Amino acid sequence: MRTARATPYLLVLPAWIWLAILFVMPLCGMLSVSLMTGNVIDGFTQTWHVATYADALARYWPQLLRSLGYGLCATVLCLVIGYPVAYWIAFRAGRHTSTYLLLLLLPFFVAQILRTISWRFVLGDNGVVLAPLKHIGLLPESAHILSTATAVIFGLAYTFLPFMVLPIYAVLRRIDHRVVEAARDLYAGRWATFGRVVVPMSLPGVFAGVLMVFVPTSADYVNAAVLGGTHTTMIGTIIHAQYLVTNTYPMAAALTFALLAALLLAIFGYARALGTERVMAVAAGRTP
Amino acid sequence: MDDHGAPSPRPARHSRRDLLRYSGLAAASTLAGCAIEGRTIEPVSPERYWAGRSRNGHLRFANWPLYMDPQRTPLTLFRQRTGITVDYDETIQDNASWFGRIRPLLAEGVDIGADLMVITNGLEFNRLKALGHLAPLDHELLSTYAQYGADRYKHTSYDPGNRFSVPYASGITGIAYHPDLVGREITSFDDLWDPAFAGRVGMLGSPQEIANVALLRNGVAPADSTPTDWENAAKALTRQRDRGIVRAYYQQDYIQPLTSGELWLSMAWSGDVFQQNTVEGANLRFVIPREGATIWTDNMVIPITAKNPVDAITLMDFLYTPEVAAELAEYITYVAPVPQAQRVVEERARAASAERRRSLQRLAQSPLVFPTERDYAQLHNYVPLPAGESQRFTSLFLAVTQA
Repeated sequence: MRTARATPYLLVLPAWIWLAILFVMPLCGMLSVSLMTGNVIDGFTQTWHVATYADALARYWPQLLRSLGYGLCATVLCLVIGYPVAYWIAFRAGRHTSTYLLLLLLPFFVAQILRTISWRFVLGDNGVVLAPLKHIGLLPESAHILSTATAVIFGLAYTFLPFMVLPIYAVLRRIDHRVVEAARDLYAGRWATFGRVVVPMSLPGVFAGVLMVFVPTSADYVNAAVLGGTHTTMIGTIIHAQYLVTNTYPMAAALTFALLAALLLAIFGYARALGTERVMAVAAGRTP
Repeated sequence: MDDHGAPSPRPARHSRRDLLRYSGLAAASTLAGCAIEGRTIEPVSPERYWAGRSRNGHLRFANWPLYMDPQRTPLTLFRQRTGITVDYDETIQDNASWFGRIRPLLAEGVDIGADLMVITNGLEFNRLKALGHLAPLDHELLSTYAQYGADRYKHTSYDPGNRFSVPYASGITGIAYHPDLVGREITSFDDLWDPAFAGRVGMLGSPQEIANVALLRNGVAPADSTPTDWENAAKALTRQRDRGIVRAYYQQDYIQPLTSGELWLSMAWSGDVFQQNTVEGANLRFVIPREGATIWTDNMVIPITAKNPVDAITLMDFLYTPEVAAELAEYITYVAPVPQAQRVVEERARAASAERRRSLQRLAQSPLVFPTERDYAQLHNYVPLPAGESQRFTSLFLAVTQA
């Protein structure tokens, strides 16, 4: 009897250990480092120096806000592009579904840095996007996308698009088609069916997709470094430089926690606004 | 569960709140318990370090990409001459991340997987030296260096007397530009501030590199610069950025946009431009502006935890044989630390035919590979920064490049 009750706990034990070693311990370590003072030559000691956080926010709030802003823009872009893609694969792709899913995931077989660098060629001043527009006189010769915020946001959206498509696809796929038919039988038009039946039922996927895109895009540092110009630095680049260039580990750790807090706040606000209970209810197959 | 309505003690079970409390306690004690160690290793004298060490017939060499020909000719020659095999790894992408990777290991006194590595005479070099992470060199084992190494490398400000390092290659940071797009001759760092080139100027993101450009432009010698000079330099760079003149701050990736014409002119490294013109057929021009330019040196050092230091120092010394140095210079096209290599390249040019002859001649005559004393007189080192005091300097310039 006792063993039977302990079994589920024993089964999740490896996961707990995994989480403890790879998540909780580093997080505690980082929290500890963020409160230290010193320099890399003489070493850092624990002094509970909370002021580093104030300093971090005072100095780097523009980059922090910009990261959240870029993350938000990229997420919206992913949603706008990704929802139709997911819808199409789920309902219209027929027997080619797995082919399209494979195509969607194919870029992941190439390293992210290489994919980002290839955008340099696409968005280049005389690349495939700008050259024709310049040629027909729609854009002046000096126009450029590369090294601007636009390039960074496009890069972010491109990199994380599959993270939006897949969860939405997974949810749409599970929708009972008879429900859609019922809506049509009850004289709902195409758009009404979509807006009042399909979209509400796909909300859990959208919720998951938004989280999976917003969090990594806000923390990304590759796209800004490769595609950005001046005034496009994201917080990830700052943390990277604080750790590696200036070796101010406490500042790097404090900024990491600031980013974590900002993301948690944003996600919490988003969950409240969308209503997590509603999302979970849909996910559980109950009527919202 | 609780049928009797009365509160019953449940001693064996811990509530969720208890669990949180315990983990909080555990976390707090971990938080307080640790520190990051700094300088722990006492400086070792060369005699003590090298006593009782001998050759193992093998070594591991960590270097930068494109710093030796793909056939690794010098290493083959080395094996034929000494019987020592070399595990060559192009693993260093930039000084900062390399330092970030090896520092924790060196602090623990653990092998970093390399017996010989190449690092620039900048902040990270100073830090490694100050932390006691570099093996002191035994000059008894460096006779070829003593004979053929250029004198100027024997009294540098960053490592006087080559106590820890010998040069692998040097480079010049100047301006590279597209003659057609710029439409005039570039002669001064002021040209990087010219509004006529708005959005077409590339700058390097490294604090030390960008600081030198602004200091030289302001007429200040980097070696004598004061914190006030640094602030003025940062102000000039901020103005340049906020007027929209700078397109972006680059790491090593400026050469592609420069070749394609997205950048018209950029801070650039001499060897990159030389290679780009030779290999890609680009028509870029490299200038040392009239204010002077920066010379940096990538140095070979032995990490203190090396397992095969004798083999490493043997290779160090071997690379100064003029024939080998010429071989390296021919591929690297940065400044060779062995003046005699110029003679070897000239001899090879005479023996070669047609195209190869021309390219070897160009190499032998290039002031970017074999600078003359007059060229050297125009070149400045990075701002000397004591390892513990560099934070103010770097923060000042990172604030420019990472706005």
